[in-house]
Amino acid sequence: MAALLFVVTLTLSNGTFAKGVYQTGPEFIAEVFGNDTPKAKSLLLTPQLKETASQIMNRQVRGLRMRYWQSDSNTAWIMEEIGKELPITIGVVIRENQIVQIKILAFRESRGWEVRYPAFTKQYQGVKITTELALDKHIDGITGATLSVRAVNKVATLALYFHQQIALKAEQESSTLAPKTP
Amino acid sequence: MHKKTLLALAGLSLATVTQAASPSLEEMWALVQQQQAEIAQLKSQLNATEQRVAETEEKTEATFAAVEEVTSGPVSKLAEWADKTTVGGYGEVHYNNLTSDNSNNSKDEFDLHRFVLFFGHQFNDKLRMYSELEVEHNIAGEGQNGEVEVEQAYIEYDYAQNHRAKAGVFLMPVGIINETHEPDAFYGVERNSVEKDILPATWWEGGVMFSGELAEGVSYDAGMHSGLYIDPTVSDWKIRDGRQKVSEAKGDDLAYTGRLKYTGVPGLELATTIQYQSDLWQGETFAGEDEVDATLWEAHAIYNRGPFGMRALYAHWDIDNAIETIKAGADEQEGFYVEPSYRLTEKLGLFARYSEWDNQAGSNNDSEKQQYDVGVNYWLDEHVVLKADYMRQEVESGDELRGFNLGVGWSF
Repeated sequence: MAALLFVVTLTLSNGTFAKGVYQTGPEFIAEVFGNDTPKAKSLLLTPQLKETASQIMNRQVRGLRMRYWQSDSNTAWIMEEIGKELPITIGVVIRENQIVQIKILAFRESRGWEVRYPAFTKQYQGVKITTELALDKHIDGITGATLSVRAVNKVATLALYFHQQIALKAEQESSTLAPKTP
Repeated sequence: MHKKTLLALAGLSLATVTQAASPSLEEMWALVQQQQAEIAQLKSQLNATEQRVAETEEKTEATFAAVEEVTSGPVSKLAEWADKTTVGGYGEVHYNNLTSDNSNNSKDEFDLHRFVLFFGHQFNDKLRMYSELEVEHNIAGEGQNGEVEVEQAYIEYDYAQNHRAKAGVFLMPVGIINETHEPDAFYGVERNSVEKDILPATWWEGGVMFSGELAEGVSYDAGMHSGLYIDPTVSDWKIRDGRQKVSEAKGDDLAYTGRLKYTGVPGLELATTIQYQSDLWQGETFAGEDEVDATLWEAHAIYNRGPFGMRALYAHWDIDNAIETIKAGADEQEGFYVEPSYRLTEKLGLFARYSEWDNQAGSNNDSEKQQYDVGVNYWLDEHVVLKADYMRQEVESGDELRGFNLGVGWSF
């Protein structure tokens, strides 16, 4: 009886949500860009981009494109990566090749949900990508949630890489269009 | 006179030329109208082009969506089933070279210690099945060294937003390695002796377990399940001997487990488990005693910060004195270990471990064991590890076991 009462009490307790959808993609984008929410763009996944992305994710990256949102030098990405068995939905905001924000939008597994805590995600602020395609800062993990932490690390790295490619392309285009000096 | 005439003629010619080069007002108007028409035509063409670009973008978007739907979505019942079903596993092969001076514990052997397959299936967003099938020591059967075991087979249901319940066979929520024991997740070739001999890992039972999150970083487990059975008729007395492994397990007297865990700070885990066993003899009577209840208290801490790591665990069994009719001092069984580690690189880590445990801690017998381990893990991949360690185990009575272990392990 006491055990039953304990369980009922816990069920009724108003704790934070361990798993589920914490925020939808459109809500995240609206939160990031406010009233000036830009239209979604697509980064075409060329064979070269796919090869590097696969290297970062340590698995075959498929698909034709990656959606992103851009306003000035800010880009926002929503990606999914499997932790242990089910996909984690992760939002990443990058400015000038540095992570501004990482947010777990949905977590669907029974273990590892601690990755959504701000205490964990704030470690990514200001993190960049190295030439070896790794994060330039050590991220302290969560015991018992190794696979979830790895998933977030991989998504963070991939978003930084894609942002970098977009910035490089923009630079190349602007230098082509710039008037040539005689 | 001639000069004046010439000047007048020149002036007249210039005026005529100027008059001929400047369009008249009518001509200007016609020119403007013509240019206006051209601008209107260009505007129209630009609008048409923009419309075509927009249409092309829409078509491209629709094509992308269609291709993505075909390539990412399930294309058959089988694919849909596969999408909801997961397969994983782990394995570890060991070489033990251990020498014992005073007993027959010496070892010089190769062993496929564990080969495990996980199968899971998501019935819907709230309901899933999970299982773990294990072969230990490679060959199972009559007269063989190994065993085939199902360590986990349960249905889990999310009955509230942050709470879930499982029913079936599941791992006990206790200790550090009992629930997370893939070889790439811990240091040392063999699992540590304290959790093996005191908890006893790997430990699974059948029953129901409720789990969930109470606050940020605070989670709980509370369950009711089959208990240990320490058979007094064959003089068993160690806690590890009591594992029934949910194989036609006696269910006369149940056990109850509760755990609280804090993981609110990256790198930190603090947890404690209490378990009550209502009767380790499962209703049997021996030497006039008919009920042997027991309580386990376990607490551990894990902290990883940058390359540094630390694990520490303490576990204590308080068992009814009746068990002393089998073995003196077996009413207290306890142990602890501390394990600092350092990650030299992403792939290479060093560790040391000191363990102390006693399955007859209730007496003054020389039964306490101490073990020193030092070793190295080298991760070939995040899921594949090579291990080597040196160990020395001392028993208070004087026995000593020392030597080295090598291993390779993986998980997927």
